[in-house]
Amino acid sequence: MSKVKSLADLRKMREELQTKVSLREKSDNPEKMVQVKVSMATCGIASGAKEVMNHMIEEMDRQAIDAIVTQTGCMGYCHAEPTIEVTLPGNDPVVFGHVDNKKADEIIEKYVIRGELVDGIIPVNYETVKENKNE
Amino acid sequence: MAKYKNHILVCGGTGCRASQGEEIVQNLGKVLEENSLENEVQVVRTGCFGFCEKGPVVKMVPDNTFYVQVTPEDAPEIVAEHLVKGRKVERLLFTDPETQERVSESKDMGFYKKQIRIALRNCGFINPENIDEYIARDGYAALGKVLTEMTPEEAIKVIIDSGLRGRGGGGFPTGLKWEITRKVEAEQKYVVCNADEGDPGAFMDRSILEGDPHAVLEAMAINGYCTGATKGLIYIRAEYPLAISRLKIAIDQAREYGLLGTGLFGTDYDFDVELRYGAGAFVCGEETSLIHSMEGLRGEPTVKPPFPSESGYKGMPTNVNNVETYANIPVILLEGAEWFSSIGTEKSKGTKVFALAGKVNNVGLIEVPMGTTLREVIFDIGGGIKDGKKFKAVQTGGPSGGCLTEKHLDIPIDYDNLIACGSMMGSGGMIVMDEDDCMVSVAKFYLDFTVEESCGKCAPCRIGNKRLYEMLEKLTEGKGTEEDLTLLRNLSNVIKDTSLCGLGQTSPNPVLSTMENFADEYAAHVHDGKCPAGQCKSLMQYVISDEKCIGCTLCSRVCPVDAITGDKKEPHLISQETCIKCGACYEKCKFGAISIQ
Repeated sequence: MSKVKSLADLRKMREELQTKVSLREKSDNPEKMVQVKVSMATCGIASGAKEVMNHMIEEMDRQAIDAIVTQTGCMGYCHAEPTIEVTLPGNDPVVFGHVDNKKADEIIEKYVIRGELVDGIIPVNYETVKENKNE
Repeated sequence: MAKYKNHILVCGGTGCRASQGEEIVQNLGKVLEENSLENEVQVVRTGCFGFCEKGPVVKMVPDNTFYVQVTPEDAPEIVAEHLVKGRKVERLLFTDPETQERVSESKDMGFYKKQIRIALRNCGFINPENIDEYIARDGYAALGKVLTEMTPEEAIKVIIDSGLRGRGGGGFPTGLKWEITRKVEAEQKYVVCNADEGDPGAFMDRSILEGDPHAVLEAMAINGYCTGATKGLIYIRAEYPLAISRLKIAIDQAREYGLLGTGLFGTDYDFDVELRYGAGAFVCGEETSLIHSMEGLRGEPTVKPPFPSESGYKGMPTNVNNVETYANIPVILLEGAEWFSSIGTEKSKGTKVFALAGKVNNVGLIEVPMGTTLREVIFDIGGGIKDGKKFKAVQTGGPSGGCLTEKHLDIPIDYDNLIACGSMMGSGGMIVMDEDDCMVSVAKFYLDFTVEESCGKCAPCRIGNKRLYEMLEKLTEGKGTEEDLTLLRNLSNVIKDTSLCGLGQTSPNPVLSTMENFADEYAAHVHDGKCPAGQCKSLMQYVISDEKCIGCTLCSRVCPVDAITGDKKEPHLISQETCIKCGACYEKCKFGAISIQ
């Protein structure tokens, strides 16, 4: 690493190093980010959830979208794997099924960026225990 | 560069390392490799998370899952369940003691809810051994800004306006100290970081140095620029090996990046830092003693004035600040004086780090805004008293502070309020006591410490504290008289008034404050020959109840000095002359037949 010779040098360096901690910084304020949960149970992994997850992380990063992509357990939609749940800030979560890299791009382009719904949404027909309790 | 999908933050503070934190890191690394995840998941050793009670702590990012009391053997399960299958390892989550529910994120835990982290902002967040992570968190930006865009006067004004006061105990306005040092003209000036943390139970400075060493280096360089010093010295006790090794790494990295050394940020300003080791003498936390110790002389204080700001290390103007004070500096310069002074009370701005210890459920390191009440700290953050016992007192300010009671619980904590109640802020040690603690013994404990640590230079401290200790010992043996109580009080006041340095001037505080707040307890020791808390061994005896004892002989078998006699199935008897009051019989009796009187 070259020496810091000016404030501009330091700022440039900071930009480059940002990725080292940005994941940690984002995770402190998840409600302000686009949150994507990829269902990574056995069925999900077998249908390629891992590739989709990697692809989404890379794409979001490339397009500089503040997002947290995490894996989660089986959501129960084994017929439609890989499934992902996308939560835009201030919105209810939406679940998409049969997501491959192409579909993922479409979701990012249309839903995440423009807020338009795309095909492949799985209606959520359950309530979690915690939600019930809060009501 | 491979982009990591997950970070696993493992606490690398001294406490968690002592509970196999390092083995957790290694096991995680091994299991990740076995699962071919080493390029997707990064394991990071961070500084202290503060929640030492439940250490070792492991935090999963980005979902912020907070695992507690993790063992090296848990590594395969964390990887297989959490990372591969996306399921949380329920049994490692923190259980809320009130609702008995598992809490998965730290922000939902009572311990963290009321905290604001400024001095500890990077502790438990970055890898302290990696300067890149510090820079990514705006590290050294304040130094760059000050050097290239501000005059020393402007920077000092920001610190003065922020209202920051010394976090080492005295609470002297930091900006003012800088201003005084700046105004003295000299060929060479020094800035010194006081890392000689000595209060029993306090470990905030150590944790900052272990968790965010660059913050201190950056602040010292800023301090140097503002006061006109080109050399920085960190006086740290050799008992802090981890902090020392991380500081050394940090200094090397900063030099390599040109952030310490000559011509910083393209200006003509030079600054470098060296370490000086102390042998762990309490008195060396006092700035004049500290300076003498650094000069290779005996660690003894000298009369002030002259203050170190005028004539300090090698007779040159020296600005001494505490670790936590320094940790606040870079943020204040980046965020502004107004932001900092909006936190806290009228005369005490910002936050304070406390080391919460003693009979409290959540032992650990916390940072709260000034003005938070003791009740919030002990009951909300600390989770109340251990084993459901009753709160009795809290000791603040270490051997220089005092014991506060129930009636002080709702007072907002700041420098002035604590002094008004007969205690002080000190460096931020906070020891919680319950109904089983005898306050006379507590005072004796602190006096024992002060007698040991007195440098012996001035008579009031050297002789006076020893006499105080002897009188307290007399009381705990039940031999005290009313006259002793008067003498204790008078002598305490004389020591306070006539001692040379801060050590002696404050050492009687634990005696005076316990006498003030627990007069009944002192009276009971003197008049009734009783210790209400049942702690003073000379004033209590173990007695077997004839009715409850069934003659199982267990007590006589566990007694190490054969003080218990009695036949099988007959009530037993303790010989008070032989009994050494170890309490072994009391703990073993299954029938509650043995009581303390």
